Amino acid sequence: MIYREAGQFKTSYKQDSAIFPILQDRIAIYFYLFVAFIVIPLFGSDFFINSMMIPFLVFALAAIGLNILTGYTGQISLGTGGFMGVGAYSAYKLTTYFPETNIILLILLSGFFAAAVGMIFGLPSLRIKGFYLVVTTLAAQFFLEWAFIRIPWLYNYNDSGAIEVPQREAFGIIVTGALATPTVRYLVVLSIVVFLTWIVSNLIHGRIGRSWMMIRDMDIAAELIGVRPLHAKLSAFAVSSYIAGVAGALMVFFWLGAAEVESFDVNHSFLILFMVILGGLGSLVGSFLGAAFIWMLPIIIRATPKAMGLDINASTVEQINFMIIGALIVIFLIIEPHGLARLWAIAKQKLRVWPFPY
Amino acid sequence: MFRKLATGATILAMAATLQVGSASAEESLYVPSLSYRTGPFAGNGIPVANGFADYFTMLNERDGGIGGVPVTVEECETGYNAQKGVECYEATKGKGALVYNPYSTGITLQLIPKAPVDKIPVLSMGYGLSAAAVGEKFPWVFNYPATYWDQMSSIIKYIDSQDGGIKGKKIGFIYLDVGYGKEPIPLLDRLAEEMGFTVVKFPVGVKEMQNQSSQWLNVRKERPDWMIMWGWGAMNATAVKEAAKIRYPLDRFIGNWWSGANADLEPVGQAGKGYLAASMSANGTDFPAIQDILKYVVDAGKSQVADRSDVGKVLYNRGMLNAVVVAEAIRTAQEMTGKKMITGEDMRLGLENLKLTKERLKELGLEGFTAPIIASCKNHGSGGSIFLQQWDGEKWVRVSDEIPPMTDLVREMLEEAAEKYIADKPDWQTQECDG
Repeated sequence: MIYREAGQFKTSYKQDSAIFPILQDRIAIYFYLFVAFIVIPLFGSDFFINSMMIPFLVFALAAIGLNILTGYTGQISLGTGGFMGVGAYSAYKLTTYFPETNIILLILLSGFFAAAVGMIFGLPSLRIKGFYLVVTTLAAQFFLEWAFIRIPWLYNYNDSGAIEVPQREAFGIIVTGALATPTVRYLVVLSIVVFLTWIVSNLIHGRIGRSWMMIRDMDIAAELIGVRPLHAKLSAFAVSSYIAGVAGALMVFFWLGAAEVESFDVNHSFLILFMVILGGLGSLVGSFLGAAFIWMLPIIIRATPKAMGLDINASTVEQINFMIIGALIVIFLIIEPHGLARLWAIAKQKLRVWPFPY
Repeated sequence: MFRKLATGATILAMAATLQVGSASAEESLYVPSLSYRTGPFAGNGIPVANGFADYFTMLNERDGGIGGVPVTVEECETGYNAQKGVECYEATKGKGALVYNPYSTGITLQLIPKAPVDKIPVLSMGYGLSAAAVGEKFPWVFNYPATYWDQMSSIIKYIDSQDGGIKGKKIGFIYLDVGYGKEPIPLLDRLAEEMGFTVVKFPVGVKEMQNQSSQWLNVRKERPDWMIMWGWGAMNATAVKEAAKIRYPLDRFIGNWWSGANADLEPVGQAGKGYLAASMSANGTDFPAIQDILKYVVDAGKSQVADRSDVGKVLYNRGMLNAVVVAEAIRTAQEMTGKKMITGEDMRLGLENLKLTKERLKELGLEGFTAPIIASCKNHGSGGSIFLQQWDGEKWVRVSDEIPPMTDLVREMLEEAAEKYIADKPDWQTQECDG
């Protein structure tokens, strides 16, 4: 009914192979962008923007980064937390040396450091696969955590061992530090996330993305067809780590404001891997859905008893929260092992043919 | 029909209680409590949160609050996680929060830059950023009764007063390898230089808190004359056990005030006999104020403590001391402004002009509970004294007099650190202090 495609004709190959071939989908995308860029900054409360939207976008970006590696190229990695850290620490060092440079540019640059580190730790992937690769990426995670603690130069010899975000301006507006308003920070994060998602989407639908997916589906066949595993795998590691690095820098500069190594520990690697698996391997929408599920749902559950006027201890709510989220993850994976993105696709398909069953 | 009526009545009753609840919430002083009753440090977080909440409940029950206005303490669960801590901060700051007690150095570091913007002071009682004690540079942050650096200098002073002084000795420093544990190192290095002793450092990562055998192997190799520990949570009990295992003399092993709780030493039991720890709040229930807590709160079933005997333990009393400081600051703020309902800005004034003298402590029913806290515009750390307590196998026993810190040296270093902290922060809000 809503999703009726009758009357939408495709008259060129370009239209036929568009990412959103259906008119309603295109309208929906514009609607989401309108909500994200206009409605939320105008009407969202500080708490909603600061504690829900900004982290959601940051984690969604990190999930996209890991999805490139795990979902599209089939290389499981547990080093995402570490790569995010590389981005954050290099953005911090860059802005220490170039305080006058636009911070947004520096954050986009910091991803290249993460990409370099990611490529180095991606080298073993040319020889080893599957669980063995998980172990080597885990080693990357531990090594990077060690480096963040043991190399005081990285945090400018702060006594606390933490990186504290200095106040920086971009285009004459304060965008980082405590004086930056949540709305400004949100808009910066949103713009970067939308921009990078667009780039990644183009990469995936192009030659490079296709070579990644060929490697994932059958590496020997891909090699015989002419895809060079060295290029494909290392470029996947590079792009994935670049995105993760930018996400890490965004996390510290626009959300946390200060970070210790704790913010980049292996738990975060797992968290993002869960987002990717739950959202859907090899799906950009899935990265957003997974991040929303893992990050926003607990906050909503935590706020529910108070909104209903029930007086429950904060710690009890937290325990219930863990149980509900755990159960939901299991339930969702049983219902649809391909993640929320697949559920979304099925729902869309049902809507397209509704009211007929097929 | 009857069932419908009954449901309707219940809903009405619920709505009515809700209304009453929100009506009373309007006229109360709102103090958020960032607690952690879950996560790896819950064993320490629970008694602190209980002590904090119970003191305010007692004030509400006994005196009807502070200055006639009841206090609402709302707990928000952080799990000792900095990200959740910030989320709690954002969720509660809009409700008229007077002061934040983050109980985590990581969360404190996140909140320090936010405090001047939102005009809500941060009271990191005996933790957090030591440099914040410099009131001119950090108008919105307080760390009574003493900073980590004060505490470290007191501990070194104690060691210096024991058999033949500290000169030429080797001091081992075992610490949790996060911001908290690394905080006192600059002072320790400086003191080593000035007083002529050597320092060996043994970092313990968060993941290896419960497996410190390699660190203690090194301790055995290095044979330090004294050991000092900056530990938290599961690290403490493990360290004491490991020390006992390598037969390190425990009466030469001193923990800081976060490494000397009942929960830390009870699992060790007799094996931990002789272990020393610093403290800033007395133990036990032999204080009129704590008796009131037992009477009005615990026995009335209004406390979250699992057992009556939890009251009076080290961290319970520490949480309560935190509440006392907050309550006294609220009272001071009320007196200074003449308002009953104060704001975060008034609270800042109250904290800055806090005078918790010996006489005042006696009036509160807490004579000798802690060293006096005399604050000023300049001094947000107060440089209070600490004392040492020793584990006798079953409980903590106080073994030393109050040991004042080396204020001159510490203050000088604090000012340097504060300068360094704000050096790369333009528009950082400072304040002028007279005299």
